Amino acid sequence: MIRLENINKFYQVGGKPLHVLKELSLTIETGEYVSIMGSSGSGKSTLLNILGILDDYDSGNYHLGGTLIRDLSETQAAQYRNAYIGFVFQSFHLLPFKNAIENVALPLYYRGISRKERNVTAMDFLDRVGLADRAHHLPSELSGGQKQRLAIARALISEPRIILADEPTGALDTTTSDEVMQVIEAVNASGITVIVVTHEQDIADRTSRIITLRDGAMAVDG
Amino acid sequence: MFDLDTWQEIVQTMRRNKLRTTLTAAGVFWGMFMLMVMLGFGDALERGTKRGMGGFATNAVYIWGQRTSLPYKGFQPGRSIDYNNADAAAVKREVDGIEYFAPRNQLGGYQDGNNVGRGAKTGNFQVMGDMPDMRFIQPMEMVHGRFLNDLDVQRHRKVAVIGNTVYEVLFQNGEDPVGQQITINGVSFMVIGSFKSAMPGDRGERQAGTIHIPFSTFQRAFNYGDRVGWFAITGDADASATQVEAHVRAVLRNRHSIHPDDSQGIGSYNSEKDFEKMSNLFWGIRLFVWFVGTATLATGLVGVSNIMLIVVRERTKEIGLRRALGATPFSVVSLVLLEATVLTGIAGYSGLIGGLALLQIVSVVIGPDNPSMGQPRVDLVVAFGAGFILLLGGFFSGLLPAQRAVNIKTVDALRAD
Repeated sequence: MIRLENINKFYQVGGKPLHVLKELSLTIETGEYVSIMGSSGSGKSTLLNILGILDDYDSGNYHLGGTLIRDLSETQAAQYRNAYIGFVFQSFHLLPFKNAIENVALPLYYRGISRKERNVTAMDFLDRVGLADRAHHLPSELSGGQKQRLAIARALISEPRIILADEPTGALDTTTSDEVMQVIEAVNASGITVIVVTHEQDIADRTSRIITLRDGAMAVDG
Repeated sequence: MFDLDTWQEIVQTMRRNKLRTTLTAAGVFWGMFMLMVMLGFGDALERGTKRGMGGFATNAVYIWGQRTSLPYKGFQPGRSIDYNNADAAAVKREVDGIEYFAPRNQLGGYQDGNNVGRGAKTGNFQVMGDMPDMRFIQPMEMVHGRFLNDLDVQRHRKVAVIGNTVYEVLFQNGEDPVGQQITINGVSFMVIGSFKSAMPGDRGERQAGTIHIPFSTFQRAFNYGDRVGWFAITGDADASATQVEAHVRAVLRNRHSIHPDDSQGIGSYNSEKDFEKMSNLFWGIRLFVWFVGTATLATGLVGVSNIMLIVVRERTKEIGLRRALGATPFSVVSLVLLEATVLTGIAGYSGLIGGLALLQIVSVVIGPDNPSMGQPRVDLVVAFGAGFILLLGGFFSGLLPAQRAVNIKTVDALRAD
């Protein structure tokens, strides 16, 4: 599903190039449940961005589902993201002025699906994360766990091959974290590849494969 | 791009910041409002002033005699120039492009009153010896009877045409003056008509207090011999008043042995020049109005652009998220552009309608007969043309912010916590 070959990534920091990812190679098969760990500055966010086609890389190859992801136009990148990848963020990134069902339906909007159809599908996905009764609530009226479940429903609605979760439990307490992780695990059980970036060991321990980055290179894989 | 969702998003964002949206819109509103109001009043002033000249021929030439200032052909400077019937005949014969030609005399001095009476009623009025053509040079509206005609002049008829002020003083309201006798400086004249001035204001009032009698009768009755006081002439459709004026002056200069460079011997006035001056003045006013109006509008548009920049900055995270969820650059650009255009459009057209409404109200208050001002109005084509250009302006004011929005890096946007 995901194949990274000798990926290098530099950032310009104060005019000097900062080597963030160093010759990173990595393969993740379809349906895997992977966590990426590493201290801050280890390059894990950068890796996630590259995987999510949110950022480009300077050298190497990134194959996603057999397609080489490189030098894409913004429009192409947007289409790939929409088709392949579902994002879950630490701070949820829900649109505050849209209610639950509208937030969930947003990816389908960018796919050009009619409002009626979107809302039917969105309702279905809300139901899957147990928020059917909150469909017309604004994000501000939901708890942290509910917000994250909402975000997961939004990530799932486009039926992606991969879920990229960036510290999905970072803003949640232990009980809620567990609740959210259960949802994520259910997603994985349905056959979707799940990649979780986290710095919490107990979250990483729940995954079947832990990749640890140190200074932009693979430190541990297993 | 123009589906319901897009519109909903625009309305939602505008609602989120009602005060800011309103203030931004106010700038554009005010610009458009002022443009319409200024255009309307400029137009009203122009039409009011033109009506003040009202029907008064815009290509009229008046020529009178003065004192020479240069010696010529043995004549000393300071010689007084007077015209006579031979001059009138020569001008009419030699000058091309004359449409109406009226040598005139006035009883007493210029704008001097005379003793006019009918029975016990008397009044002081201006008495003029005139040709039939005069009614076309200073238009009037006949109320009773008719104006002078050629036979009156040929036969030295002792007839008079009186203005309505004269009528009011000498006659009872509703009385038919035609056929009645009046005396001017003791000489009896029969009234053959009365008229109302077609001009508003002072000039109209003065005209209404005038009595016209045949030019030939005037010379004979008041002992003017063959003297001609001055000439009133209009150029025909092909000749400019300025050309006619120059030609008449040349003929008279020649006949009276006036030095070609003497600017004093012959006095003349040409309404075409005044008219041109006034046209230029109003052209200038219009230019000024457009300049101020568009500058005000431009300021409003810069405001829109600024606010959109702020909106884009505020929504950085949101735009980043949308990109992550599959929003194409085009959809982001169109959202910003559309919002700028819609904001400008609503504000601008409200200003336009508001301005036009105010003009309409003023129109009604002023009424159609105000002497100094016409009813303000703006050509609808101009108004909606301005509105359309404004929409374009709104679109352009969104370009820079849209560019900013598209350049937002999803990564940075989502990380900016």
